[in-house]
Amino acid sequence: MNRETTVNLLLALLLLGAPLVAAGMGEPFYVTLATRVVVLALAAVGLNLALGLGGLLSFGHAAFFGLGGYVAGILATHAFNAEPLVAGIPATTSMPLIWITAVVVAGFVALPIGAISLRTTGVYFIMITLAFAQMIYYFAISWPAYGGEDGLSMSMRNAFPGVNTAKPLPYFLICYAALMATLLLFRVVEGSRFGSALQAARQNGTRLAAVGIEPFNIRLVAFAVSAMITGFAGALYADLNRFVGPSMLSWHMSGELIVLIILGGKGRLFGPVAGAMIFVFFEYVLGGITERWQFFLGLILLGIVLFARGGLLGLLSGKPRHV
Amino acid sequence: MSEPVLEIRDLRKSFGALKATDGVSLELRPGQIHALIGPNGAGKSTLIHQIAGSLKADSGTIRFLGQDIGGLDMAARARLGLARSFQISSLAQEFSALRNVMLAVQASHGSSFRFFRQVVDDKELTEPAMAMLERVGLAARAHIPAAELSHGERRQLEIAIALALSPKAFLFDEPMAGMGPEGSKRLTSFLDGLRHEAPMLLVEHDMDAVFALADRISVLVYGRIIATGTVDEIRSDPDVRRAYLGEAA
Repeated sequence: MNRETTVNLLLALLLLGAPLVAAGMGEPFYVTLATRVVVLALAAVGLNLALGLGGLLSFGHAAFFGLGGYVAGILATHAFNAEPLVAGIPATTSMPLIWITAVVVAGFVALPIGAISLRTTGVYFIMITLAFAQMIYYFAISWPAYGGEDGLSMSMRNAFPGVNTAKPLPYFLICYAALMATLLLFRVVEGSRFGSALQAARQNGTRLAAVGIEPFNIRLVAFAVSAMITGFAGALYADLNRFVGPSMLSWHMSGELIVLIILGGKGRLFGPVAGAMIFVFFEYVLGGITERWQFFLGLILLGIVLFARGGLLGLLSGKPRHV
Repeated sequence: MSEPVLEIRDLRKSFGALKATDGVSLELRPGQIHALIGPNGAGKSTLIHQIAGSLKADSGTIRFLGQDIGGLDMAARARLGLARSFQISSLAQEFSALRNVMLAVQASHGSSFRFFRQVVDDKELTEPAMAMLERVGLAARAHIPAAELSHGERRQLEIAIALALSPKAFLFDEPMAGMGPEGSKRLTSFLDGLRHEAPMLLVEHDMDAVFALADRISVLVYGRIIATGTVDEIRSDPDVRRAYLGEAA
């Protein structure tokens, strides 16, 4: 077992163990905090596919995060009011159905956004993805049917067969399982033919084209898959807070996801997990001391960018090697 | 005489007032090594870029295996069987030599939209890729990242990638550039054997290699081909001697 695998395993155990202990000690707040880590990590795993493997610095992933959230919120609201969704299609409070819907919606929205954005590179790509996300953000604000600026509260968590989702620990375990399953998927995709082509597109798009693989097609699929994962996380996040609002769609959120990845280690399997742990830790600990905790987070980010390009994972487990 | 594999007619490309390619026509026939020589700045690499699809010609036609490929992008031309090497090595730097070649094998198999099977255990990729590295003499360095290979090894790797595509024609842009005399000699005899796999358009400054390899030579000066012929014809052409080879040749 190499060092990175060991570090990953320890992180996974820590993330599972801490809330179990907290629950045992009757501290549900910390279980919810850990769930926040897990869901943010999952959203960043999605972005990590595009950014880490593909080198696509999307500054608009909040769009997919928020869309996933709104899918959960809207379906739950309709189901609660016993209104059909559209044209007699019934809404649902079943989490698996909501997740599938969130993933499909995020993917369908990502395809045209990606198809346009990926015609550009560098700073233009960043700006176009940002612009699309802001369009969706303002659309959500100006659409009163689903809360507009105030967002949408859900009176209770959606349902998962056989689990009492209202309790913090069972909901944590659902989210944790979702994160682990997605990490497994990430690892498999990374090592597949598609993953090879995607990483080659990041390293040298001309080389990829010269062997006959269109970098655009590879990047577009990666962008969509990445959005689908982040959309999935958005649905979980809405259920965690029993609330979805435009802030999930805002550019702050997109920036936060990028920060998580850089903190943890870009392109590393557990980079987003480590990043989310650091981020929520500082948000909570420093946030309890000073309102200006983000100033200190900024200093840490600065330190990482200057002295530890590989993020926490790079610091703990050295350079990655491709066989 | 057999049909040309690659046929270029009256190709033109300008950068502002500079005519980098000024009505170039040339043919590459099966079994041939066609060398393209000319002084620095003559437009050799620009021509290769237009054939490979990384630059778009202003006018003129490029036919490959009888098909007009002028409207196709680089990847589509590569899929038709046009394999290029770059003047300055262009590799996936973080990938090992083997992974670089595996990428070409994967491309020649068709689909890159396979999400599950792991490439490192995929013998359909690793075995042909390893065979190509063995052919160019790089097998011992298979697991070294491209960024850590020596200059000469990267040139060899470029050739291995081109071979892995089982192409219908090679476009080699100064494959010997920066190689020592020993390496050049080895590469020359290696390229000599390749002409029967696929014809080759070879841009090269190493005149020993060009004269040893070429079936035909075209001399490019200021974007124009001033002479095309066999090695002997080019050696004795007075225009060429004046423009390029110098009286010493």
